[in-house]
Amino acid sequence: MNVNQSAPPVPPFGQPQPVYPGYHQSSYGGQPGSTAAPTPYGAYNGPVPGYQQTPPPGAPPASTAQAPGGQAAYGQFGQGDVQNGPSSTVQMQRLPGSQPFGSAPLVPVVSQPAVLQPYGPPPTSAQVTAQLAGMHISGAVAPVPPTSGLGYGPPTSLASASGSFPNSGLYGSYPQGQAQGHPGAQPPQRSVLPQASSFTPSASGGPRMPSMTGPLLPGQSFGGPPVSQPNHISSPPPQALTPGTQMSGPPGPPPPMHSSQQPGYQLQQNGSFGPARGPQPNYGSPYPGTATFGSQPGPPQPLPPKRLDPDAIPSPIQVIEDDRNNRGSEPFITGVRGQVPPLVTTNFLVKDQGNASPRYIRCTSYNIPCTSDMAKQAQVPLAAVIKPLARLPPEEASPYVVDHGESGPLRCNRCKAYMCPFMQFIEGGRRFQCCFCSCINDVPPQYFQHLDHTGKRVDAYDRPELSLGSYEFLATVDYCKNNKFPSPPAFIFMIDVSYNAIRSGLVRLLCEELKSLLDFLPREGGAEESAVRVGFVTYNKVLHFYNVKSSLAQPQMMVVSDVGDMFVPLLDGFLVNVNESRTVITSLLDQIPEMFADTRETETVFAPVIQAGMEALKAAECAGKLFLFHTSLPIAEAPGKLKNRDDRKLINTDKEKTLFQPQTGAYQTLAKECVAQGCCVDLFLFPNQYVDVATLSVVPQLTGGSVYKYACFQVENDQERFLSDLRRDVQKVVGFDAVMRVRTSTGIRAVDFFGAFYMSNTTDVELAGLDGDKTVTVEFKHDDRLNEESGALLQCALLYTSCAGQRRLRIHNLALNCCTQLADLYRNCETDTLINYMAKFAYRGVLNSPVKTVRDTLITQCAQILACYRKNCASPSSAGQLILPECMKLLPVYLNCVLKSDVLQPGAEVTTDDRAYVRQLVTSMDVAETNVFFYPRLLPLTKSPIENTTEPPAVRASEERLSNGDIYLLENGLNLFLWVGASVQQGVVQSLFGVSSFSQITSGLSVLPVLDNLLSKKVRGLIDGLRAQRSRYMKLIVVKQEDKLEMLFKHFLVEDKSLSGGASYVDFLCHMHKEIRQLLS
Amino acid sequence: MATYLEFIQQNEERDGVRFSWNVWPSSRLEATRMVVPLACLLTPLKERPDLPPVQYEPVLCSRPTCKAILNPLCQVDYRARLWACNFCFQRNQFPPAYAGISEVNQPAELMPQFSTIEYVIQRGPQSPLIFLYVVDTCLEEDDLQALKESLQMSLSLLPPDSLVGLITFGRMVQVHELSCEGISKSYVFRGTKDLTAKQIQDMLGLTKPAVPVQPARPAQPHEQPFVSSRFLQPVHKIDMNLTDLLGELQRDPWPVPQGKRPLRSTGVAVSIAVGLLEGTFPNTGARIMLFMGGPPTQGPGMVVGDELKVPIRSWHDIEKDNARFMKKATKHYEMLANRAAANGHCIDIYACALDQTGLLEMKCCTNLTGGYMVMGDSFNTSLFKQTFQRIFSKDFNGHFRMAFGATLEVKTSRELKIAGAIGPCVSLNVKGPCVSENELGVGGTSQWKICGLDPTSTLGIYFEVVSQHNAPIPQGGRGAVQFVTHYQHSSTQRRIRVTTVARKELARAFPGRTRGTNSGTVSWADAQSQLKHIEAAFDQEAAAVLMARLGVFRAESEEGPDVLRWLDRQLIRLCQKFGQYNKEDPTSFRLSDSFSLYPQFMFHLRRSPFLQVFNNSPDESSCYRHHFARQDLTQSLIMIQPILYSYSFHGPPEPVLLDSSSILPDRILLMDTFFQIVIYLGETIAQWQKAGYQDMPEYENFKHLLQAPLDDAQEILQARFPMPRYINTEHGGSQARFLLSKVNPSQTHNNLYAWGQETGAPILTDDVSLQVFMDHLKKLAVSSAC
Repeated sequence: MNVNQSAPPVPPFGQPQPVYPGYHQSSYGGQPGSTAAPTPYGAYNGPVPGYQQTPPPGAPPASTAQAPGGQAAYGQFGQGDVQNGPSSTVQMQRLPGSQPFGSAPLVPVVSQPAVLQPYGPPPTSAQVTAQLAGMHISGAVAPVPPTSGLGYGPPTSLASASGSFPNSGLYGSYPQGQAQGHPGAQPPQRSVLPQASSFTPSASGGPRMPSMTGPLLPGQSFGGPPVSQPNHISSPPPQALTPGTQMSGPPGPPPPMHSSQQPGYQLQQNGSFGPARGPQPNYGSPYPGTATFGSQPGPPQPLPPKRLDPDAIPSPIQVIEDDRNNRGSEPFITGVRGQVPPLVTTNFLVKDQGNASPRYIRCTSYNIPCTSDMAKQAQVPLAAVIKPLARLPPEEASPYVVDHGESGPLRCNRCKAYMCPFMQFIEGGRRFQCCFCSCINDVPPQYFQHLDHTGKRVDAYDRPELSLGSYEFLATVDYCKNNKFPSPPAFIFMIDVSYNAIRSGLVRLLCEELKSLLDFLPREGGAEESAVRVGFVTYNKVLHFYNVKSSLAQPQMMVVSDVGDMFVPLLDGFLVNVNESRTVITSLLDQIPEMFADTRETETVFAPVIQAGMEALKAAECAGKLFLFHTSLPIAEAPGKLKNRDDRKLINTDKEKTLFQPQTGAYQTLAKECVAQGCCVDLFLFPNQYVDVATLSVVPQLTGGSVYKYACFQVENDQERFLSDLRRDVQKVVGFDAVMRVRTSTGIRAVDFFGAFYMSNTTDVELAGLDGDKTVTVEFKHDDRLNEESGALLQCALLYTSCAGQRRLRIHNLALNCCTQLADLYRNCETDTLINYMAKFAYRGVLNSPVKTVRDTLITQCAQILACYRKNCASPSSAGQLILPECMKLLPVYLNCVLKSDVLQPGAEVTTDDRAYVRQLVTSMDVAETNVFFYPRLLPLTKSPIENTTEPPAVRASEERLSNGDIYLLENGLNLFLWVGASVQQGVVQSLFGVSSFSQITSGLSVLPVLDNLLSKKVRGLIDGLRAQRSRYMKLIVVKQEDKLEMLFKHFLVEDKSLSGGASYVDFLCHMHKEIRQLLS
Repeated sequence: MATYLEFIQQNEERDGVRFSWNVWPSSRLEATRMVVPLACLLTPLKERPDLPPVQYEPVLCSRPTCKAILNPLCQVDYRARLWACNFCFQRNQFPPAYAGISEVNQPAELMPQFSTIEYVIQRGPQSPLIFLYVVDTCLEEDDLQALKESLQMSLSLLPPDSLVGLITFGRMVQVHELSCEGISKSYVFRGTKDLTAKQIQDMLGLTKPAVPVQPARPAQPHEQPFVSSRFLQPVHKIDMNLTDLLGELQRDPWPVPQGKRPLRSTGVAVSIAVGLLEGTFPNTGARIMLFMGGPPTQGPGMVVGDELKVPIRSWHDIEKDNARFMKKATKHYEMLANRAAANGHCIDIYACALDQTGLLEMKCCTNLTGGYMVMGDSFNTSLFKQTFQRIFSKDFNGHFRMAFGATLEVKTSRELKIAGAIGPCVSLNVKGPCVSENELGVGGTSQWKICGLDPTSTLGIYFEVVSQHNAPIPQGGRGAVQFVTHYQHSSTQRRIRVTTVARKELARAFPGRTRGTNSGTVSWADAQSQLKHIEAAFDQEAAAVLMARLGVFRAESEEGPDVLRWLDRQLIRLCQKFGQYNKEDPTSFRLSDSFSLYPQFMFHLRRSPFLQVFNNSPDESSCYRHHFARQDLTQSLIMIQPILYSYSFHGPPEPVLLDSSSILPDRILLMDTFFQIVIYLGETIAQWQKAGYQDMPEYENFKHLLQAPLDDAQEILQARFPMPRYINTEHGGSQARFLLSKVNPSQTHNNLYAWGQETGAPILTDDVSLQVFMDHLKKLAVSSAC
């Protein structure tokens, strides 16, 4: 790697790296000097010694060796690629991408290949070789190039972190003290261990875990570790890793470990990686336990040396960059069946030529095995992530609306599929054959049209439903509830006015905001004024309804105390048109904060509030949305009353699942009624303590609503975030009272659904409300053979009421290929979508199974997928090599992020509410959101010249990628951090923060001062840009290096070992390799 | 006899008391033989402009079981400063304040002319008056508008420091909070759910002490911090608010589908009103004024379902036991009425609708609490408007003619016991030595609660003579009765009015008589003289009303015919007892002057709507009976036997017989039945009027003739509460039925030819005429068979 790296980018990056090492060694105090290190290597080496010292001797030598090793590693990659050989063209395309990084590298790569495997040895010292296991990460198929890319790894530190969040993060954890380091972590590890052990057996002494000093001895390990498993990509500079992992407190973070296994590798290939060495020892001792997957056990001994070079393993950043470069420039044209779209991280335009845009539907694979046997063998889940009302960029036209008149949309008589471009017209256009069920239907006379010589209707291009992948039909009255056209929907704002809400200033803030916000209710198309009517309710232990009829001189408040038997006290004047009743509404909103200013009421109710809103909509005979602003656990005597059942002792027990389950069934029942009425519930929570999100979010979840949580809400700190979420939530376009049905070609069938909705039968997804952010994930299973020739079709039909009260059907069609060769499947997968599915699957799993089981299942599935590939598709190679399909080479890193997410592996400071909150949030995320959520984006701000206006290239989420002379921005869709290195230039500090030195920067700052200089503008612009991309406002937190808050920040560096016991990327990869080998053998 | 009439009149004017017998029989046996029980009509708050209240408290007899109040009948030993209770003969010391007492310096209560005296109690908190409006919003627009205006107007009539509250109802019930600025606030209740008082108070947030009791004022059980009730606020503070609030009242907004009645939650509304006052102002004078424009159609207390095709129950349904909701509803309202009464709150019902509104079921609310029941066709009529306004009329002192939370206590001397009372009261269940075992009306107690009183409220109080035949009191002895009425005056003062009356008792009035013998004997002469004495002291008017009350009281619980039979039997027995006749010779039958009108009263009573339900809806019957049970003697007599005046060119207006023979072509008749004022133009007069003679200067006298009854009617209308229905009709007019149904049908289609055309108008009825009635009576009275 060194080589590659060094070439281009090195300089800048290089420096930072050194720094890190420095930290470790000196434990931060250290070596400022490190920067000095001229070459990256140097840097590493430097540190190494440090480590070694602590531990026993053995190591020292290694260090030197390592360096070389690293290089070697690169080589390997290269090789790997080669091996894989060029595969599909598509992949090929990616190549270019890689180039950018280091074009130079490319070449080398090639050359290297030759070197490769074998060579591990060459470069490095003997040891190295030995250590290294061979892991190749090769893009299986053609990936060659890309891989290489990886290899290079952009020298820099890329931090990519995904996975666990710091709890404290954004969701706002409560004030609890944050646990430091590892404590919490250990338990998890244990669980992990077993697995580890399984493979490690061979490893010497492997299991010793924690105490293990074993590790220290690098030397021993080496020898000892005869372990067999080749795989891991071990990492070179252990140090680097360590740093990341260790982070704060704990001195000796456990080394992640793979080492144990490595032994085996060493032999095989690249010794180059091996270098890692020294560090390990350290870890071993301190942290032993923590190590993630089992790796530890073994590791210690084995070797220090063996670590895989992090730069050598597949880098998400690289993959993303490559895809951007390769595919971002040209529009994605949907005309071809089974085309894999660009990654979600790539900006691209879509031209609808018969298939739905990937913005609406993304599949885990665009080439489906023809038989269920194949599918079972591959274990690749077949799923589609559908976002039926996705927002499109302004350049893309929203779906055309088709009106088929009184007879309604044309459909297949048998399967009821809607007319689409895949329907085959026959008999001169008098009939058409359904592409889903093959039924032959007559074409109604008014729809008749002649066919041209290709058998296509001559009007095909005039009709959206015959030429486009996505379009809408106007629904007839038959598609409406009670056979009556719907009335325009209504929004009801239901505001908690108990003591907490008043005291925090929430009520005042909210009322003030609503006054202006009401002008921005969603409206359809060019409508001048929104058709949405609004109503207001406040509540504590009782409910207050407001009559804001325009004819009133002042609003009327109606108190309903009978919460046990809720009803709506008024009909006329509750739901009003904003413009007509403006003065009354304004007066009301002025009054509310005053009226309750002196309240002493602390108890609240919850279920009756929803009930009331739902009844109000029922009485008004319309669908609508409730905006609930709630502060506390509803303990007042009423239906849906909850008790505080938060019990951290349940974590890691079989009963942990109860924390995710609702306390009472009452909310499900209520949700059902809401769905029947088309009443969607959006919940804004402002808790100061446990509120039982798991139970409170049941209704929003089942009605297609959203939950927002602002822990310890304070107007000064959180108003921006809350208001901007609120604005977005109120303004966004929503479809109401929706039913979604996914139809498929014969052969596969939608069997499982994930997302925020309710299902009363097995096929219809009922959504009281559906907005442009909500995603429904559908899993398919074979129930018959598919035909390679005709492929597989999906048609997603969504019947909904628009915000103007129009009943419509939105249709999305997507054609997929079918294959008889597994290789085709692996070549057409999309890892981001896969992760999206797997995360949702796992997050649902925790409701019913112990978390550990869920994690094991994920690991096993991943191993099976990769093993199947290795067995069936990869060219033969040493068992020690880890070979990953090109399309899935990020699967391990991403999966690891999922595994260490708060839901699946909570740290000590993660509250039960946070976990429940995230769990339900992820359930309806789309692919782009899960992507960044699990693997956060880490952007260096000061690396590229200020004048450069484009977004800086991201770096991997690892501490070792951070340089203390730089400033970084990290975001995961919910959280936004600005990390400031301790030795950032004063000028930069001045121009960004307006203070003269690093020490004067306020830690935890959430707003950057508005300063008139390029840097400040650029950074603020960048932050705004990031926020605009996400569906929720991310509150900025400024974190200073070595500050307390840094703990929080480090939680997001997902390639590193996490404090809660999550494995580092490298360790996990090793573990995965071991699993795969086991499967293969 | 003139003396007795004067005596009676004087007594009535001074004490507001009329006894059926002004000389009392001396033994139980004799009393039973006299048929008409010893009873009196008491008007506790009879207006006495000449009676200024004394500003001190009464002196009580010290015997704990007696506690009678010092009165002119007591023996006083001025020297010893002692007085003897005339009820229990306990000797009592005068209190220190009476140190200066002497024959020439007597306190007022010892002076004979102060047999009725009123004391003002200075102690204790002054509780404000409370008016809680309970308003139906399921009304037609103009009705609601009229009602709103009436209510707004009433605010200006209320004493400024009285508290008002507002509850509105339709499908839901809203309790309005009156103290808020900028927003009007109300608590809403489902109209279908019966709530306990506790629940209501919880839901209204009344259970928590909103404001700590100020330490300065020792908290008394009765005292409630006024501020604590957001729902009841002093008029002067919130009249603007409330006026606006009333102005903004809308009709119940819930849609009423075709063929349905609006859903009206009257039962819950009343329940909440009662619960609200119960929780905030127990034992404080308060009026719940319920305004309703139709029957309760949902929830507890519903009287009829909301399907229009199912009509509200009629007497026919009730007889057939076909009134589904009646029992349950009645039970609901009885429960509420009892609770309200226990707390001293009275409930008025103002029901204005063309159809029935459920007064039958709800009557107990007014009857037990002393509230008013007003029935009209619409709120937009002067009948309602003026009646309502008249509630707030003031007396010569500028105080309202209403009193609250009264307790009436009756004390009797030993010869009498209390059998019961009939009137707008409930029993307080206070047993004592003077309470009889035999009940007439509401008995078994010596105290009653009358939550709402006005100067005309009158109770019938029934006694039992208990002295034994063989242990008579000395002839010429005087029995005494003391009526003590504690009440809250409309000036918010607590007052006590004490009336002490005495009547002569005759010892052994009929020593030699034995049962069933009317023949003269030696003792007869003696007895005859005694009897004459007793006869002379008979107050037939009071007796008629008292008997009528008993009859009506029975009619509430018994079948109509049974009551009529009972009345007939009593009448026959009375005639047998006091008539002069030869056996088996109807023509010899004579009654003395003091009895002469009594049979006629009974005749009209039998035909009255109080006992006859034919032609009346259950609601109307309830309303008529309600008023009958609370009006004073004069009004009651009018109700029993309407008054008829005749106007003609032949002379000044004159009262004429209530007989069809009085209906003549050249007469204008003015009939006052209490509930209706009917002006009827005879055939000729009507023709003249149509011809327009009254507009011709030369027939100005005709104009005057036409005007005379109108003026007189106006006068009655002005004074009457509730406002009577005013009917202006003429010969052949459809409304003439009001007159025709009342007059004695001396001429009918059956005997028309026998009587000749000139003498009057025939009534098409099969009812018996007075003549026939009397003939039968005579026959039965003189018959020894019965």
